[in-house]
Amino acid sequence: MRILLVDDEEELVSTLAERLAIRGINADWVTSGEEALKQVENEHYDLAVLDIKIPRISGVSLKKKIQAKHPGMKFIFMTGHGSEDDFKAGSKETGPEFYLVKPVDITTLIDKINVALNIRGDVL
Amino acid sequence: MNAELDVVYESSLQFFGKMNASISHEINNVLAIINENAGLLEDFAIMADKETPIDPARLKTMAGKILAQIKRADTMIKNMNKFAHSVDERIKYVDLNDLLELAVALSNRFASMRGITLELNTPTNPLFITTNNFFLENLLWQCLDFSMDAAGQGKIVALNAEMTENHAVIRFSQLNGLKAAPGMVSSVTMTEGLLDALKGRVTTDIEAGVMTLTLPADINR
Repeated sequence: MRILLVDDEEELVSTLAERLAIRGINADWVTSGEEALKQVENEHYDLAVLDIKIPRISGVSLKKKIQAKHPGMKFIFMTGHGSEDDFKAGSKETGPEFYLVKPVDITTLIDKINVALNIRGDVL
Repeated sequence: MNAELDVVYESSLQFFGKMNASISHEINNVLAIINENAGLLEDFAIMADKETPIDPARLKTMAGKILAQIKRADTMIKNMNKFAHSVDERIKYVDLNDLLELAVALSNRFASMRGITLELNTPTNPLFITTNNFFLENLLWQCLDFSMDAAGQGKIVALNAEMTENHAVIRFSQLNGLKAAPGMVSSVTMTEGLLDALKGRVTTDIEAGVMTLTLPADINR
């Protein structure tokens, strides 16, 4: 399983990637939509965790762009913004169960990753 | 209350809400980072229990990261507090430099989302004016919002201010996009009545890529 984390807060995604690695999940991270698009061109990912608000492009637009080229990829949105509009836009794309509000509990995130990728049992 | 003032107060409330939503979003990001670092410390503690050696230098780095985020949140909260208190007095004697610093600090996240850098060049001497503090913060945001749209390829908005005998002059420059799309000027949508309420005026020099906001040094005169 390979995951891509996209959030403009570098400290957040780098630490989250390390915590996922401790649990046996291979996660790369980038801090912009441009880097994310480049990364998915060069590497294979099963799932991307996207911030709903990143500089210069919305998480929803980024998801659509990635999905157009990689239709099998799954997505989870993370947001620090609890606005109604963001929730509607994000949950319309992934379903409300894959729309997480920061700070995110790592166990919850891993559960969601497993459900999105149809993986049974704990990944540790 | 007349219709023009209704619009000004409605715009002020929208501005207040927008800034508070932005600040709370940023504070939430800080909490999320602290949450992940605390979680990683917990992970290391569990690993140490299982006799996996942990490098003390690594722990020191993590403590440094947490302290840096606390400092970041402290700055945000101080700005939030200053902003909240700007409605305490309707008319106030203020240093324009402080007001511009606050306006830029509040707008930085919006600028970053648009890939824009805000460059504030304030003089070392204070620029005291008597004005409606909160309305001016709102007007500065509206000027910055327009300037960010007008920044063009340069992706920089520069701000500076100076006093003339009876006026404060604030310039928003490097608006390179104005030359490419001069029609943008007609789309400047300052809240109706806000300029009147502050007795200010806005002019633009399309060729130079500059927008100038002029305000009376004392709104009561």
